[in-house]
Amino acid sequence: MDIVVLVKQVPDTESLVQIADDGVSIKTQDIKWIMNPYDELAVEAALQIKEAQGGTVTILSLGPEKAIETIRTALAMGADQGIHICDPAALGSDPLATAKLLAAALKDFPCDLIIAGHRAVDEDNYQVAAAVAELMGLPQISMVNKVEVSEGKIICHRTIEGGTVVMEATLPALFTTQRGLNEPRYASLPGIMKAKKKPVEVKTVADLGVDAGTVGAANRKVKIKALNLPPERQAVRMVEAEGAAGKAAELVKILHEEIKVI
Amino acid sequence: MFAITEQRDGELRKVSFEVVSEGRRVADGLGSELTAVVLGSGIDGLAEALKKYGPDKILIGDDPALADYTTDAYTNVLADLIKSSDPAVIITGASAQGKDLVGRLSARLDAGVAMDCVDLKLDNGNLTYTRPMFGGKILASVEIEGSPQIVAVRPNVMSITENAKECSIEKPAVQVGDVRTAVVEMKMETGDKVELTEADIIVSGGRGTGGDYAAIEALAELLGAAVGASRSAVDEGWRPHSDQVGQTGKTVSPSLYVACGISGAIQHLAGMSTSKYIVAINKDEEAPIFSKADLGIAGDLFEVVPAITEEVKKLKG
Repeated sequence: MDIVVLVKQVPDTESLVQIADDGVSIKTQDIKWIMNPYDELAVEAALQIKEAQGGTVTILSLGPEKAIETIRTALAMGADQGIHICDPAALGSDPLATAKLLAAALKDFPCDLIIAGHRAVDEDNYQVAAAVAELMGLPQISMVNKVEVSEGKIICHRTIEGGTVVMEATLPALFTTQRGLNEPRYASLPGIMKAKKKPVEVKTVADLGVDAGTVGAANRKVKIKALNLPPERQAVRMVEAEGAAGKAAELVKILHEEIKVI
Repeated sequence: MFAITEQRDGELRKVSFEVVSEGRRVADGLGSELTAVVLGSGIDGLAEALKKYGPDKILIGDDPALADYTTDAYTNVLADLIKSSDPAVIITGASAQGKDLVGRLSARLDAGVAMDCVDLKLDNGNLTYTRPMFGGKILASVEIEGSPQIVAVRPNVMSITENAKECSIEKPAVQVGDVRTAVVEMKMETGDKVELTEADIIVSGGRGTGGDYAAIEALAELLGAAVGASRSAVDEGWRPHSDQVGQTGKTVSPSLYVACGISGAIQHLAGMSTSKYIVAINKDEEAPIFSKADLGIAGDLFEVVPAITEEVKKLKG
């Protein structure tokens, strides 16, 4: 079973995100960068399948030079090799252009299964994995919190509102991860040492045979015009009354009579 | 303009009325027609329910293979309908279905997408979409070049407006094509559990519950609310992952969000900050949650929450 995992380096979810002076990007200098948490689930899922059935795990990522850290993290967890699309011309691509680049990198790459996070927690676009599946002509199952792989098929529990749908697809296929799928392992020290020697192929847009005029920040179909912080709420109004019962009565009165939400 | 609706078990989901209502507003602004599309099996009756929200036309794609949502069947049929009508804007819900469908449809149609929008603005015939990024820490204004543009709106945000008008109903022949994923089984939670992303009221508990959700569940049940949880509560194993609100869980926009014993980690605040009204109950008056709340009670949730339940009972008689 040869598995490819799509990963992205994103700002830590605990970090404060600040808008840069240009008004359309974020300040990057004080940010701690991590592997997208849903991609960690994808790496773990791939490693578990490999451990059970043999094969290889390849990490594919598009990102600036420092994104190699995230690829190395996945290699330290146990993946075998990496492909890093690293080219200034590719940076800032919108989701569809990103998918075109990722799909181009896999064009002649044999694999049975592609696993990705269902979204990256930076731009929250929810599109790249599905677009990669479409461009590669593969079926997809998204937001999976349980997976079995056997006899050339995947059986996935896809989370939907109010429950799960059990779906199956014949390999090759792509699925995206949801929380609950597994608990990603930490990289061990020997793993980290080994990761330094594992191969990572660096690809440019030209290497992938993609027209540079269709990718990158300058060619986004989806143009970011402005970033804003969510409107500040007015200062909290603390409910003052005697004891828990008094405060509860006052709160319910406000919610019912003033705000009319209950 | 196209509005792609959503049915499950032959019933339209609430987000369908939201997308048709919002679609009507935008279509009026653009001076264009609104076509509502519904796919399923044996669903002629659904047109009547959709009519109220003002489409000019309803397209029914009816085929046994469309009964349950699958990526391939729905993409194939929708792509054909879209190619023959050539809409400039396609609106759908950023539901589990929409999030699965839109990425694939965008690649099929080579179309740009604004995902999980909370606001659409029309200015001189140009649409600007507001969408949260970084789990809601930032709101981005985006524009899409080219046609069609696809916008998926966050469930529970767009208002539902009745606006019935003359409406034609068509039932074109559909080609489902090759469907490479099969639905083996639907495992739905039984009972009246309210889905977080669709709930009008959410009562949410965090580390302060110590894992005891009885008081929160009692209040939620009385209010017809969904129960949510912080990441730490989920990490402790107190609640399932599906209850998690935050940047690595669900982003929610209820009318009322009641945060009980939640300190307010950045990643949690990101997931609930678009709630219309936020109440925080916490022992620690300095907890960051109070900076995002409209109303606060400094107190022990185990005393305050049951007291609220009693007050709501009195109110309901």
